[in-house]
Formats: sequence, C-alpha cells, structure tokens
Amino acid sequence: MRERLLSGFDPFVLPFMIGMCFVLLYCLVAFVRLMGQLSRKERRRFFRSLFIPKNIARNVRDIFCDCLLHVKLWKRNPRLGYMHSSIAFGWFMIILLGHIETFLFVPHRAGLFYYPIFFRYFMVMEGTELKGSLLFFLMDFFLAVILSGIALAVYKRIHRAFFGMRRTTRLSLIDLIGLYSLWAIFPLRWIAEGFTANVAGGSFMTIPINWLLRSFMSNPENITAAWWAYSIALGTFMCVLPYSRYMHIPAEMILIPMRNAGLKVRAARRGFALVQIKSCPGCGVCIDACPMGLAGKKNSMDASAYLARQIRRNNQKNYRDIADKCLMCGKCKAVCQVQFDSISVRRLIREAVPYKLAHDYSYLSSYVESGAVSAENPVEVLYYAGCMSAQTPVIPRSVQRLLDTANISYKLMDPDGSICCGRPLILAGRSSQARELIRSNTRIIHSSGCKILIVSCPICYRMFREEYKLKGVQVLHYTEYFDMLIKEGRLAVRQGEERIAYHDPCELGRGCGIYNAPRRALSAAGSLVPVPKEKVESICCGGSLGSLTLSYQERSRIAVGSLKNLTANGPDLVVTACPLCLKTLADASDSTPVKDFAQVLCEHT
Amino acid sequence: MIITDFGYCLAPSNAVKVDKTTDWRFEKLCALESDVLKCIGCGSCTAVCSAGHFSQMNLRQCILSLSRGQWEKSVRSLSRCMLCGKCLMVCPRGINTRHLILSICRIYCPGEGGSNA
Repeated sequence: MRERLLSGFDPFVLPFMIGMCFVLLYCLVAFVRLMGQLSRKERRRFFRSLFIPKNIARNVRDIFCDCLLHVKLWKRNPRLGYMHSSIAFGWFMIILLGHIETFLFVPHRAGLFYYPIFFRYFMVMEGTELKGSLLFFLMDFFLAVILSGIALAVYKRIHRAFFGMRRTTRLSLIDLIGLYSLWAIFPLRWIAEGFTANVAGGSFMTIPINWLLRSFMSNPENITAAWWAYSIALGTFMCVLPYSRYMHIPAEMILIPMRNAGLKVRAARRGFALVQIKSCPGCGVCIDACPMGLAGKKNSMDASAYLARQIRRNNQKNYRDIADKCLMCGKCKAVCQVQFDSISVRRLIREAVPYKLAHDYSYLSSYVESGAVSAENPVEVLYYAGCMSAQTPVIPRSVQRLLDTANISYKLMDPDGSICCGRPLILAGRSSQARELIRSNTRIIHSSGCKILIVSCPICYRMFREEYKLKGVQVLHYTEYFDMLIKEGRLAVRQGEERIAYHDPCELGRGCGIYNAPRRALSAAGSLVPVPKEKVESICCGGSLGSLTLSYQERSRIAVGSLKNLTANGPDLVVTACPLCLKTLADASDSTPVKDFAQVLCEHT
Repeated sequence: MIITDFGYCLAPSNAVKVDKTTDWRFEKLCALESDVLKCIGCGSCTAVCSAGHFSQMNLRQCILSLSRGQWEKSVRSLSRCMLCGKCLMVCPRGINTRHLILSICRIYCPGEGGSNA
C-alpha cells in the first residue's frame, strides 16, 4: 500500500477541515469559559478527580457504555438502542480504524486531521495484504452497521411506534440541517469509497458498488465530485454542531467526568448545569415519560428536552414558563440518558424570580416558644401529619388507630394546625424562607424528646430526610414504620381478598427510593396487582405542589391518565401513600375506590 | 342659595368607585394569573389556612380588596403564607391559589404608593 498523491492534499478536504477547526476552536473556548464559571472548589475537585484511578476507570466505562453503546437506551427499547449505538459506536470505530490505518501505512501523515477520514482517496493498493484486507473489512463492516442505523433513523421519522415511542422531539431548523447532513455523510462515504475501490481497495460494501456502477465510476471526474460531496456533508455537520442538539457529542465527554467528580447543579444556566443542558441529545425519551403529555398535546412541549433547548437559545420567557409549569415529579430525570438534573435547574430558574412582598414568619417563634409539643412525659414516637393530611382526615385517624392497635405510645406533633415542612416553598424557589420553617420545626421536634418521627406525607418526608438535620431522630415514612411493625409481629394484619393496585407517590418513590416497604405491607392485607407503569416509571397523579402554573383542568386530565394506568389490570382498589395523591386520584375516579395505605391496613386489623 | 342646616345630611356612599380604583396592578395580576377573577369568596382557603391558624393571613379578604383596588392593608397579610397548598386542595373553583399568591407577591409592594399610583 502506498500513497497515490505525493502532495497528500486535495482541495476537497477543505470543507471538512473548516468544520473540524471550527468545532475544535468552539469547544476549546467553551471549555475555558466553563472552567471560569465553576467555583475554585469545584474546579479543584474536577481536576483532582481526573487523576484518581477509580474515577478514571469509571469515566472510561461511562463514556463507553453511555456515549457509544447507549446501554440505557438498549434497556428501554432494543431497536431504539441499536439505532443510536450503531451510529455512535460505528462512527467511533471508523474514526479509530482510520487512524490505525494511517499509523500503519503512512505514519508521516498521522498529524493531518483529514488523512484518516479520506484515507482511501490518497492511497493505492498494491497486491493483497492480510493487514490491509482485515482493516478494510472492518471499515466496511462498521459502515454497514452505521448505514443500517441510519435506515432505522429514517424509518423512525415515519413510524415512531416501532421504536416504542409515542412522541419524539420536534426539531428546530438547525437541528434538521444537522440531522440531514448526518444522514448524508455515510451514504456519501459509501459512494466515494466505492469510486476508489478499484484503486485503493475495499471490501464487501465498497467493491460491489464499484462493480455495479463501473461505467459511471470509472470516470475520474466523478471521483472528485463524490469526495467533495462527502467532505461538504461532514463540514456542514461540524459547522452546525455547536448550535444544534449534536453539541451533546463533545459535551458528554465533559459531563461524565464532572458527574463522576460529584459536582452538583448550583446555578440554572452556568457551570455544571450548562454542561448538562448542552449534553441533552433531544432523544425524546423524557417527552413520552412526562406526565404533562397527558394534559394535552401542547403540554408535551414542557418536557426537559424543550427546557434544555430554550435555555440554549437563551429565551427567558419560554424557559421560565416551562420551569414554572413542571410538576417536579422527577420522571424525566429518572429516565434521562444523560441524567440531566432538570428538577434542580427548574428550581433554580424559579429562584431567580424577584418578589416585591417580603415574607414575615415572626409568628412562628411565639408558637414554638409556647411549647407546641409538651416536653413532659417524653415518648419515643412523634407523629407529624403535615398540612396535606389535615385535609384528608382519614389518614391521621387511621395512623393513630394503627399505632394504638400496636400499643405504641406516641405524641402528635400537630394536633391542631402545623407549621409547614418547607418543601412547598423550596419547590417554588423560595428556599431562604423555607430555612425559617426548618428552624422552627427542628426546635419543636427536638424539644419533644422523641427518637422516631413518623411522617404520613411523602412531601414532608423527603424534606425531613434531605433538608433537616435531626440528630438522634430517625425519620420514617408511615409505610416503612408499619411495614417494620408487621415484620416484627407487633401489628397483625388480616389477609383479605381485595386486588390492590399501588400508586407510587413521586416524592416517596423516585424522590426517596421507597418502593418495596408499602408493597410488602399491602401484600399482607390483599393481593397486589401489577400496574403497567410502576415504581420508577409511575405516573404523577397531577396534584403535585411542584407545579406553579398548571391549571385545574390540566391537572384533572393528568389525574385521569394516571388513574387509567393504575386500573389497567382491573384492581378492586387503588391504594396510595400520599394525602395529595389520595385526594387527586379519588376526585378523578368514578368506579374504582381510592384508599390510603393506612386506611387499608386499618380495615384489616 | 342657602341650604338650611337641618342637623343631618346624606351620608357619602360606601360603594367602591370602580373607575377611580381601577389599578394597573390588578390588570397585571389578571394577566399573570387570571384565576383571580374566578373567586366566589367562599372563604374555604381562609378556613383551612395553615398560616391563618397562627396569624392574620386571609386570602379571601385579600382577593376581595385587590379587586376593589384597596390592597394596601390586606396584601401585607400574604407575607405570612407558607405556600403549603391546603387552599389549593379545598378551592371549589379550582383556583391556582399558590400561583395567585406568588403573583401578588411579585406585583404588589406595601408602601409603594396608593391605590391609583
């Protein structure tokens, strides 16, 4: 194998080189700016993590599994996984093999960017070499893999359901240019390499093309035209890359080490959040997952993929609207391929909204000092029903009855009127106000002298677990506590006949990872019916306090959709463990009764 | 003409003169959260209010005074709100009370001038 052109250059490489240099320059500038946005501590943490062997191994594994093989997408839908990974991994292999070829045959050209890409234009095959044939076979094999992926991608535009998707991202103009140029790159490469297959050699993909179209392909003028077209497609793709969703390709390379370094989202549009936003590939998985889609077709434009797009465009009105509407159920984050922490981003966007009316919680101190919970006769268990449970009295009543049945001595933290836990304020982006509530509640809990705090509202539960520092007090959701009592034999539950569908409240399931305790306890009282979308995939009831602007009608439609999922297998009873879900689902349900977890246990004691 | 003082006179009307009290703030509020116009003043929100249990917070009264352009006194009571959302759960009109309160907090500022400022 030797070089065909002694100069090692042809003008057709220029479009590719322009695109390549532009992307590299853009990424370099973006990286420097990004480092400037990180705090000194974060920067140090990031760079230090790059030298820790365990982190290096994790980074390599994640880049390989997430960016190239798309393991998560394979798990979601194998066809979707194949489509994405064939293009990503195939392209990576072609670039890698191109470099190996250059190093093996023309090492003095290894410094040129374009040589590995246009290798077969510049080379002539002399005789047959095993080494060359094997590389050519691999090159053609991966080209075939990519072409099959692109064929699937084209088919996906027509028939999404084949890939298990109901909706996909609506593309903007620049995304479309990127998409079409990406689709064009590989067929053009196939044709271009087919032209030179009789000179530079080829394998099972390129040689047959050369044979089939010999009369057309033997014309040398057509050869340059084909390579020009290939180079222009590459150049176009690279030029639109920084402004389209394809920016996720370089951004993910930074995102993964940053995530493994343990960085957190601290500002809505800067630093780590910006990397996450740029890493969003707009794959559309979050659009199907988002419960907002149940509210109406228009509402599917509020999914995380569109939030990322609006932030990228710096469209303040649109991204504020999207951020305010979200239910904060966390499903998009749970299914996201790049683990885009859209919930934190939304919360931080809400925090940036200015308020003229300052808060005034001075009344709290007098309430706390008046001794909300008497310190006399301290008991081990303190029960906090929370604001929402006050609106669904069946919950505190059932909990108290169960505690009495199990002979537990307990005290009520809020027998008449509670101080809110503060999570609704945090969700509304007013975390500094929430601190005052946290301080007051912490004082009340500590002054009661309890060891265990039972909470019946998942919203409060998550708040107590994440934001409160309750030293010496174990916080338990009532599902966990009653499950424990049943396991220890302190609470006897009678097995019933009812077929129960359990609804995972967002804050309890995805928020705190509690899926099994309520199911274990409920299976002692009845038989659990599987729900099509449960656990991580469970659909928000629509009543969430996370949303600021969602209207009552939209919430009702989400509740109906969520209930439809719960009743798909015809249960006798829908059970949930959240006062807000109970109220919302009960309002939406016509036929199937909706009950609370404690209520069901109470009926079976 | 001499008006004889009979020792009594017509009392000035107690009714609110809408023309005089129409306030740009209220218009802005309607644009931000049109639900404010849905309120029937039933008082459910105030009855269940967590903050109202400890303080003078009164959403029903506040909405009424806002629509009359007399917000100076009542709007201050909203600063006690903990946004717990109980009012959202009980409102028979399905008013998005939490967003309404947040919108009021964004627009109104006590001490920023009178009703027609």
